Amino acid sequence: MSVAVPQILNKALEPFLIIVGSLTVSMVLFGIFVASAGADPFEVYQTMYRAAFGTSFSWQNTLVRAAPLMLTALCTALPGYLGLIIIGGEGAVVMGGLFAAIVALTMPTAPPIVVLTTMALAGMVAGGVWLMIGGALRHYRAVNETISSLLLNYIAIALLNHLVTSTFRDPESLNHPSTHHIGEANMIGVIPGTDLHWGLVFGIVACVIAWFLMHHTVFGFASRIAGGNVRAAQVAGLPVGRLILTICCVAGAAGGLAGMLEVAAIHGRANDTLNANYGYAGILVAFVARNNPLAIIPVAVLLGGIRASSGLLQRAHELPDATVLVMQGIIFLVILFSETLYGRFAKLQKQGAS
Amino acid sequence: MEVGWWGVLIAVLGGAIRIGTPFLFVSLGECLTEKSGRINLGLEGTLVMGAMTGYAISLHSGSPWLGVLCAGLAGMVLGVLHSWICSFQRVNDIAVGIAMMLFGTGLAFFLGKPYIQPSAPRLPSIDLGGWSDIPQLQAALQINALFLVGIVVAVVLGWMLKNTAWGLKVRVVGESADAARALGLPVDRIRIMSTAMGEFLAGIGGSYLSLYYPFNWSEGLSSGQGLMAVALVIFARWQPIGCLWVSLLWGGAAALGPSLQSVGVTGGYYIFNAIPYIMTLAMMIITCSPKRTLVGVPRELTMTR
Repeated sequence: MSVAVPQILNKALEPFLIIVGSLTVSMVLFGIFVASAGADPFEVYQTMYRAAFGTSFSWQNTLVRAAPLMLTALCTALPGYLGLIIIGGEGAVVMGGLFAAIVALTMPTAPPIVVLTTMALAGMVAGGVWLMIGGALRHYRAVNETISSLLLNYIAIALLNHLVTSTFRDPESLNHPSTHHIGEANMIGVIPGTDLHWGLVFGIVACVIAWFLMHHTVFGFASRIAGGNVRAAQVAGLPVGRLILTICCVAGAAGGLAGMLEVAAIHGRANDTLNANYGYAGILVAFVARNNPLAIIPVAVLLGGIRASSGLLQRAHELPDATVLVMQGIIFLVILFSETLYGRFAKLQKQGAS
Repeated sequence: MEVGWWGVLIAVLGGAIRIGTPFLFVSLGECLTEKSGRINLGLEGTLVMGAMTGYAISLHSGSPWLGVLCAGLAGMVLGVLHSWICSFQRVNDIAVGIAMMLFGTGLAFFLGKPYIQPSAPRLPSIDLGGWSDIPQLQAALQINALFLVGIVVAVVLGWMLKNTAWGLKVRVVGESADAARALGLPVDRIRIMSTAMGEFLAGIGGSYLSLYYPFNWSEGLSSGQGLMAVALVIFARWQPIGCLWVSLLWGGAAALGPSLQSVGVTGGYYIFNAIPYIMTLAMMIITCSPKRTLVGVPRELTMTR
């Protein structure tokens, strides 16, 4: 074994190999699972591929689902650089969508470009402030950020439900309490030549910016030091508190933008459809991508594909729609398990070199 | 007899017990797991899995109590999986918990599809309100035996953690894995057992949801009770008996909105529903401090480092 390990097995290749290996193991485990449920695993995978990536229509279906996941994954991935586990993406999406819709309704005569810009800003501020609460509580009160961001999710959903059933309710939305529609003219259009709305572009750009911020700026460098060793960062004079607040704010802004896009590109109003579990799925994406913003893009597309295939799986193989949930759970568990493998290849590498 | 605003108080009292019981079980389970030095965020998955298992077994066997037992066992299996994965180096228990939540709910929805329609036998309740002729009070004092079981478990667990060799071992492992290893204690095995037993309790909590209140099996059954366990245990200061009071407080706070609605206060329904979450967050803000660690916190917990 030791002779065959080449020198190129470096820092970038190791995670790649481990993740591809984990995905393969997950596919085998999930195959066994569907086989025990009475379906042919090979046919199931064929169906999933067809439904997720087989045609241009299914690609679009996948990418529409991937776009918000890229943004909500950043909610967990960026604080991850500081060693924080934030699971408040759902709350950031809800607050972002809610406040984006509210500001749009206050400016009925403004031109669409102004409305949309203001909506995006409002959504990002709302989401950013919301996650920043979690960061601030962590830094100033030592409140565990995982628990507080989780509680903030429920509080955000309650606030949304309260406002769309009272102050901002459109009286015509009888069965499904919502705000007024932001107006067709203010809706974000599609990318020319496709049925895809611009959300995908926002998602990719946000991931690239986040990657640049964390890997090629002093700010990112400082954050990574603080994430590695808080004590060392404090000794070096780094403003740990400000780093925590800023990162949580940027992360929440990404989630808020996802909420704004849900309103401006899909629903046209804020209502409880904002609470569509994109925040929780984003946690999965962030973990699989090991918090790397560039890796988030393909992982979000993959997960978007898995989620897009749920309908066809149900029709073609009579598998319940929860099948894709089981698959996500298996992938997630195997990937987390694979964390323990890191560094073992490096040992092989040293043996091979000596 | 006109009960009026007294009705709100009675309804809150009844709600405290009715809504609080599943919280009592998940928080006791989480308490035991955390005492051994691990956080388990996966109890939400266990709760849903327990609800499904309990309902299905009760339907097939005709015995709801067998359902409760099997719900606990299903939880135990998930607990062993969680703690086995966590026993490897560098695996983060919080992340595994989130994965287990996804896996457990997914599995429960997958297996539970056929049980959404049929009606399973319900867990019986005990009437403690027979002495009163106020119907609201009678309803509030219709208590499920599982609540009483929960009280017994809380007392016994608290006593065992404090006074038995087994409890001491769990606490040593939770305080310092290194010290435990130096004493020759099998750290991983103790954690696996504590997590499995904790999940057994959480599974029972789930069966309460499907077999007593709200008494059905559907995909929207749980509203995050399992996730809240972690917050409740902080609130309870890692004391089993504290879990009892905190669960009752949570149940009462959650019952406030619907009770007020019954006397005509309809505004702010959703805000009232958020009260337990706001209350927990406020409690954490008040009690946590960057200058000292919390009283009673097991030092091996990742969240305190």
